[in-house]
Amino acid sequence: MQSFTTHSGIVAPLDRANVDTDQIIPKQFLKRIERTGFGQYLFFDWRFLPDGSANPEFELNQPPAAGASILLARRNFGCGSSREHAPWALADYGFRAVIAPTFADIFFNNCFQNGMVPIRLDEADVDELFRRATAAAAAGGQYSLRVDLQACTVSDDAGFTRSFAVDPFRRQCLLEGHDDIDLSLRHADKITAWEADRGLPALSG
Amino acid sequence: MPSTPRTLLDKIWDNHVVFTPPGELPLVYVDRHLVHEVTSPQAFEGLRLAGRRVRRPEATFATPDHNVPTSDRRLPIADPVSKQQIDTLRANCQEFGVRLFDLDDVDQGIVHVIGPELGITQPGMTIVCGDSHTATHGALGALAFGIGTSEVEHVLATQTLRQGKPKSLEVRVDGTLPPGVTAKDIVLYLIGKLSTEGGVGHVIEYTGECIRSLGMEQRMTVCNMSIEAGARAGMIAPDAVTFDYLRGRDYAPKDFDAAVAAWEKLPSDSGAVYDRVEIFRAADVVPQVTWGTNPAQVTGVDAVVPDAVSFADPNDRSSAARALEYMGLEGGTRIVDIPLDRVFIGSCTNSRIEDLRAAASVVRGYRVASTVRAMVVPGSGRVKRQAEQEGLDRVFREAGFDWREAGCSMCLGMNPDTLAPRERCASTSNRNFEGRQGKGGRTHLVSPAMAAAAAVSGHFVDIRDWQYK
Repeated sequence: MQSFTTHSGIVAPLDRANVDTDQIIPKQFLKRIERTGFGQYLFFDWRFLPDGSANPEFELNQPPAAGASILLARRNFGCGSSREHAPWALADYGFRAVIAPTFADIFFNNCFQNGMVPIRLDEADVDELFRRATAAAAAGGQYSLRVDLQACTVSDDAGFTRSFAVDPFRRQCLLEGHDDIDLSLRHADKITAWEADRGLPALSG
Repeated sequence: MPSTPRTLLDKIWDNHVVFTPPGELPLVYVDRHLVHEVTSPQAFEGLRLAGRRVRRPEATFATPDHNVPTSDRRLPIADPVSKQQIDTLRANCQEFGVRLFDLDDVDQGIVHVIGPELGITQPGMTIVCGDSHTATHGALGALAFGIGTSEVEHVLATQTLRQGKPKSLEVRVDGTLPPGVTAKDIVLYLIGKLSTEGGVGHVIEYTGECIRSLGMEQRMTVCNMSIEAGARAGMIAPDAVTFDYLRGRDYAPKDFDAAVAAWEKLPSDSGAVYDRVEIFRAADVVPQVTWGTNPAQVTGVDAVVPDAVSFADPNDRSSAARALEYMGLEGGTRIVDIPLDRVFIGSCTNSRIEDLRAAASVVRGYRVASTVRAMVVPGSGRVKRQAEQEGLDRVFREAGFDWREAGCSMCLGMNPDTLAPRERCASTSNRNFEGRQGKGGRTHLVSPAMAAAAAVSGHFVDIRDWQYK
């Protein structure tokens, strides 16, 4: 897995609550049997008009979000389906972090499997980030943030710094780019013993 | 020494933590792993690339459901991409020795319908699947939840998951269910009250007289939609209803009485403490209809569509404004004045035999309105066969419904069953998200009886006033 230590990038503000995984990656793109190539379909029904051209109204298609790698959204981001295609699409598009007041559980877990950090900040802090992003856009510019997973902080170059909480194990896995399965298989003897205790038949092969 | 009283969740959790490596998340054992065609191909490919095998193929069960056509099964699958995904599942199951209930098997069906139906789902188990509606299985007193594809691969390889213990939320529904109100109405009402994120980080245990009075399939409907309130899982303590349901099923334990004796120890101890408790009254619930684009945007059939400005919270207000625009609705419109183009009866929420019986009893002797196209998609081959034995298919067909083969179908529209832009559908499924049933399609979530009555009437009607023939 791709590791994550620090990342600085442009912020794409998506001022919506309850963004569900059906919007992040609509179902017509779930039939692929690969993990890659989903970025082109990210937010497809919002991002493109029926004729296939970019929808100028959609936030990600506007100049302030050009080249963005940090997504800023409102609460309950990633609700709905368990599809990991959602973080695959976000990561493939270029996002390395998503900031929101709250996330849906399955989406939150799925992010960590894909080198992407979901960051929960207080609603007031998210409000402040939207204000700063809006002000930068109004001045014709872009807004950038720096995510430091060592220090567990989000900061800009104009005095905003906040800490965020992250499970220590998930953090360590991201910092070191660990494969969860490798880590768990180190304890295969414990799993075997547990199964034997419960009278489960010994594994063949 | 008396032990600390424990909840159902505590007991199942304690029974399944294999080991907590220092500084890491616990390894939690998985008793049953259910697999379908959409969220598994990348997981099997991961195993193959790493030279790993499925640790316990006999605890793993697969079926194609999400993108399968519901038309004649003898015909080839027209969509080559769907066909490839189903062929891939078939090849993976063969290569890794996993039991597959394939398209030509009467046991094929929606994974959350066939698990309980075959007795694969049992009280006290941990059950996972790469699908958020895995919570359905919690109705039998299991801890069951949805996972992503990386976690599917982890379970295939290790038969465990890395999980922190979720918090417990008791949702108690007191009193008895008013006439005409169903399990679907209860759960939609609860989601409306709890909000789409009210259950985040929690496992809901549904308790109270109203919940206890529900049959097994109605309990599945309630647990199924726990994820729509943000919860990891939903569960109901096993009791005589559960045991009677499971007795004699294909995969039920051979020594059933011994199993029941163990299952009887699972319900929460008296005095067990939940992290949170929410209490509701069944008497407050009326038949529900969603008006927006998330399942918490719901109201009673006797109410009106709300105005966006009526919401105090700015997030709720902007969500409601966006939803009303997408749904093509004006605040103040009476729910019963909303006309419909399509009706879908099916999905892992409401496609079991009791759901079809409830819908058929409404439809019997009536015709589907001339302005409506309606379809019934049974949850499994067995449900379909039983419905046909009971003559329900004739009731539906004679009324003008399409009678289909089993699958997820128009719940998510991955197969050819989709809404056209702006088509408005009364649906017994679980999500009314934008585009869920087809790009631009407008979904209203309701119970099977409410959907059936809407099909006949061409608009929503209060099922409590229905003239049964």
